Formats: sequence, structure tokens, C-alpha cells
Amino acid sequence: MRPVAISVDAPEVSRDLCRKAGYTYTFLSDPKAEVIRRYDLLHAGAGMNGQDIARPAEFLLDASGVVRWANLTEDYRVRARPEQMIEAAKALP
Amino acid sequence: MAITERRWNWHLWAGFLLCLAGFASFPLLARFPVTRDVPWVNFLLFGAGLALLLVGLRRAFGQPAQYRGKIAGSILGTLSLLVLGAFCFIVFYQTRQLPASSGAPRIGQTAPEFVLPDTDNHPVSLSALLSSPLSQTRTSPKGVLLVFYRGYW
Repeated sequence: MRPVAISVDAPEVSRDLCRKAGYTYTFLSDPKAEVIRRYDLLHAGAGMNGQDIARPAEFLLDASGVVRWANLTEDYRVRARPEQMIEAAKALP
Repeated sequence: MAITERRWNWHLWAGFLLCLAGFASFPLLARFPVTRDVPWVNFLLFGAGLALLLVGLRRAFGQPAQYRGKIAGSILGTLSLLVLGAFCFIVFYQTRQLPASSGAPRIGQTAPEFVLPDTDNHPVSLSALLSSPLSQTRTSPKGVLLVFYRGYW
């Protein structure tokens, strides 16, 4: 399973985060929130300075790109835990 | 009866400080899921703080000859309740103000294709993420986990 993180942060900001936190998986940048909008995950004006950002959401896709598991939290403090996502990934064909 | 110096009512101040700590420690405790998902440590601090304030207030109003703190206790008690109220507003209301996202991909639907730059500014498509081999196994992945997050700012 390949984890991919997506936010409005610029590539340089994500690169900085990866370096500091030691993340090795893929980070993608959507500064204009185009893909975030396409996925209907826009949280308008919720950024630190009122920017449009993504609401937290996790989707597990199978090899053909079909959603097999999804988590749309009702409280942005509460996100999917790694164990939950690994458990969901185990059910992939 | 001799006039005695009324004693300092330290319970009031300790209780107020604990309530402040209950609020101020949230950014730190929110970094760990075990204290973030349910902010039980914060509520423990608030609980201990309010209990101390209650003891202090009972002394101030019940034994005013021995203890000071009628005015200070009233002010600190009110401030503590306001701080607790602000905390409850944030964790029970503010962080739940999320868009409905009714148009988000559902289970069984195909996730929309996209192309976005990675941290090296190379464009990456969803189809490439689904098909290109993983570096560890050199086989294509069993799936892709898309994690949308608010951002590091």
C-alpha cells in the first residue's frame, strides 16, 4: 500500500516537513486546492490566515483506483489512526 | 478575642493556575492522539483546579475570620469557569465546524484522476501512483492511501 499525503502547502513547505519529521512517503501540493475541490474536501477560509485548506480525510483505493475504505472525520482534531488505516489496507485484494 | 492575621487562601490561586494549565497545555497535548482525540488530561486539570477553587471558596465564605479570598476567590472562580467554557467551545464546537463533503468519493466509486507536484516539483498522477512499482518490493502497490490534511503552514 502506498501512502500519499495531499495539502495546500507548497512543495518546499512539504519538503521541509518531510526533512524535519523524517517522512519518506509521497507528499503532493495542491496550492490552489483544485484537487481538494474536485474531491469536495474544501474547508473555505479555515487556514491560519484565512486560506482555503483541505478538511482532513482519508481514502484507501485498490489497485484499480476504486475507493475501498474512507474516513471523513466530524471533528478535525480526530483523524484516522495509523492502525486503522493499516487494518483497512490488509483487506485489499 | 485577639485579632489574628487572616491566612492566605492558596487553594484559590492553585485552582486558578490548574485551570489555566488545563487550557494552555492543549496545543502540546494535541500533538499526541491519545490526549487529543479525547482531551482527558485537560479535563483532569480543570477538574482538579475547580475542586481546589471550591475548597478555597468554602474557606473564604465559611470561615471568613480565618481565611482571606472572598473577592479574589469570586474573581478567580469566574475566570476559571470562563476558561473552561472557552475550552469546551473549542473542542466541542469549533473543531467540528467542517464542510459536509457530500460530493467526496464514496466506497465503491472510482477516485477522480489528478496530477499534482511532489516535493521535488515533479508532476505525479493518481494513475502513476496506482501503477508505478514500490521501491521496497519492486511490484505495483496493492492500493493507494490518499491522506488529505489541513497543512503544516
